[in-house]
Amino acid sequence: MSERTLTFAQAILEATDQCLAADPSVILIGEGVPDPKGIFGTTSGLRDKYGPSRVSDMPVSENGLTGILVGAALRGLRPILTHQRVDFSILSFDQLFNNASKWHAMFGGRASVPLTVRMIIGQGWGQGAQHAQNLHAVFSHVPGLKVVMPATPADAKGLLISAVRDPNPVVFIEHRWLHGVSGPVPEGGAAVPLGQARVARQGKDVTLVASSWMTLQAQRVAGWLETMGVQAEVVDLRTLSPLDAETVLGSVRKTGRVLVMDLGWRHCGYAAEVLARIAETLHGQLRAAPARLTLPDEPAPSSPALARAYYPSARRMLGEALAAAQHPHARDESSWPEPVRAELARLEALPADVPDLSFKGPF
Amino acid sequence: MSALGPSAQARPTAALLRRLLIDVERIRRVEERIAELYAEQEMRCPVHLCIGQEAASAGVSAALEVHDTAVSGHRAHGHYLAKGGDLNAMIAEIYGKATGCASGRGGSMHLIDLKCGFLGSTPIVGGTVPVGVGAAYAMRLRGERSISVVYLGDAAVEEGVFHESLNFAALKQLPVLFVCENNLYSVYTRLDDRQPARPLHRLAAAHGIPALVEDGNDAVAVYERAAELVDKVRGGAGPAFLELPTYRWREHCGPNYDQELGYRPDAEYADWKKLCPVERLRERCLREGVVDAAELKALQERLEAEIDEAFRRAKQAAYPEPGPSPVYAGNDPDE
Ligand SMILES: Cc1ncc(C[n+]2csc(CCOP(=O)(O)OP(=O)(O)O)c2C)c(N)n1
Ligand SMILES: [Mg+2]
Repeated sequence: MSERTLTFAQAILEATDQCLAADPSVILIGEGVPDPKGIFGTTSGLRDKYGPSRVSDMPVSENGLTGILVGAALRGLRPILTHQRVDFSILSFDQLFNNASKWHAMFGGRASVPLTVRMIIGQGWGQGAQHAQNLHAVFSHVPGLKVVMPATPADAKGLLISAVRDPNPVVFIEHRWLHGVSGPVPEGGAAVPLGQARVARQGKDVTLVASSWMTLQAQRVAGWLETMGVQAEVVDLRTLSPLDAETVLGSVRKTGRVLVMDLGWRHCGYAAEVLARIAETLHGQLRAAPARLTLPDEPAPSSPALARAYYPSARRMLGEALAAAQHPHARDESSWPEPVRAELARLEALPADVPDLSFKGPF
Repeated sequence: MSALGPSAQARPTAALLRRLLIDVERIRRVEERIAELYAEQEMRCPVHLCIGQEAASAGVSAALEVHDTAVSGHRAHGHYLAKGGDLNAMIAEIYGKATGCASGRGGSMHLIDLKCGFLGSTPIVGGTVPVGVGAAYAMRLRGERSISVVYLGDAAVEEGVFHESLNFAALKQLPVLFVCENNLYSVYTRLDDRQPARPLHRLAAAHGIPALVEDGNDAVAVYERAAELVDKVRGGAGPAFLELPTYRWREHCGPNYDQELGYRPDAEYADWKKLCPVERLRERCLREGVVDAAELKALQERLEAEIDEAFRRAKQAAYPEPGPSPVYAGNDPDE
């Protein structure tokens, strides 16, 4: 099937368009879905194409609408609900956790809730404590929810198609800084199955486990590691729940070393689960202590000065990866290759609170 | 319309008009300055400006006492300033500086100034509605004579927590005044696309809470209505609700105009701009001799100088030192 280059946002738009075209029971609803900005371009034009009864805005009523869509899903629709920030979905945890996730199990499998909830996460531009949270570990903790976090445009499209077709509630998490990233995307309805991780780069010395925007960071770090004689394998989880433990364990079995790079908080975070799986299964085969890179256990600060310290820098990512790989110069930056040091210095001279310099705020 | 009966207000005094004029002029000028300087990219946080809506903050605050409290949402600059919030600390907060009212942790969407009773503003829609009711609950249980003001937008009434909060406030007859600035939009979505055609304030009436509507672009009228309600609330009559129709001039979030996006009809926009709350009050004050042209100019220059100074200080102030965040009380670094 032929491929073109699309942005991550365009890939989501295309997947949604194809789902709406393929199945008349699919509907799309969310705050701002038909507005001039179209959820960062991911819903633009769909209202005109499919009409206001299938593509619509909603009141600022996250919990109510989630429950309403649970009911609609039980009665034959396949709704896609969007939240412009994951933080707004918190108001809907009652319906999502108590009803959507459990309906199938608590009624003995007699009914199911095919609901897709898109949630946008992000960081930067001073958004602060209530607009920059990472809650994938929370969703993953709840049995009955599937949780997806794509890193590439192709996976964004393919996983969204699978999410919509899936008979269960699926939380589909998009990092705002990925929306503008481009990559090849197959044209047809190429679904990417839920529950399958992807080896984004092969290597034998250390495994970097990541998802979403962190996968791009892991790949960049792996490039630097290569110049330092370390071959890193990057496992892009893609689906966090259910976790494709086999792919993770397969990689770590080979490398014996692992750094889990996660967007979330540390305490009871997603990285803790990945490390627990590894420890349970591979404790005797590890060549180094398994490690994780996370956010500190603090709410996101607004000030750019505080945010720069809050989010792991590229320098820190590289240092942690080297340490996980037991590289002798992990803690000795002066021994890192000159081009790597120059690149790190270049990155540090840029603002840390924007995805690129074209970004002018406010969001 | 009024469940409380007509207001027994006397003519507003010159001192009151003057106070209102200073407040609307000040809020407008602060917001305009933020808009003007935002492109420098030194204010690195989302800002929701209240240009066009200044009368609500000024009018309500003039009816309050210092020990009364207020909470608000994302569009809070005016509420904070009119309640007496420190201008320097707000601008520093928007610049992300250590001298900010939340030490740089919050940004524009998280304002606080406990000295004047501004308990906090947060950007989750409806998030502070119950918090303001809770403040009133404490006032009641502690036997205080303060009242609690909850500022909210027209979208907040769509959240379940709004109704839970009003139910409780009415049940316990708490001293809380809900002030709903109905600017007809939530981001780009019109009220008609979110709520059925029924007067918004009737939601409060349905909860058993006396509810009034007042011209939200007339600071004096807002003051008079608010004063009437504040009196009753303070006197133990239970909660009250004030809906203030008004209009936001600039984009939902950010410094620019966005009329070119086409989500608001040009005629509607033009009609509302004619009702400029600052212009209207200026004219009235000149007409009634509260100020003359020279005094008005001097007043405006004083405000500009104050604002210059706030921005100068904020720009010069140091960024906070990265360090552990005050996550738990009791072991904060600066406690
Ligand atoms: C729970 C929640 N849902 C959605 C949002 C996104 N959002 C931020 S401001 C806003 C509009 C709120 O409109 P309104 O209450 O009328 O206030 P206005 O912006 O008009 O002052 C929305 C929907 C949010 N911050 N919180
Ligand atoms: Mg509004």
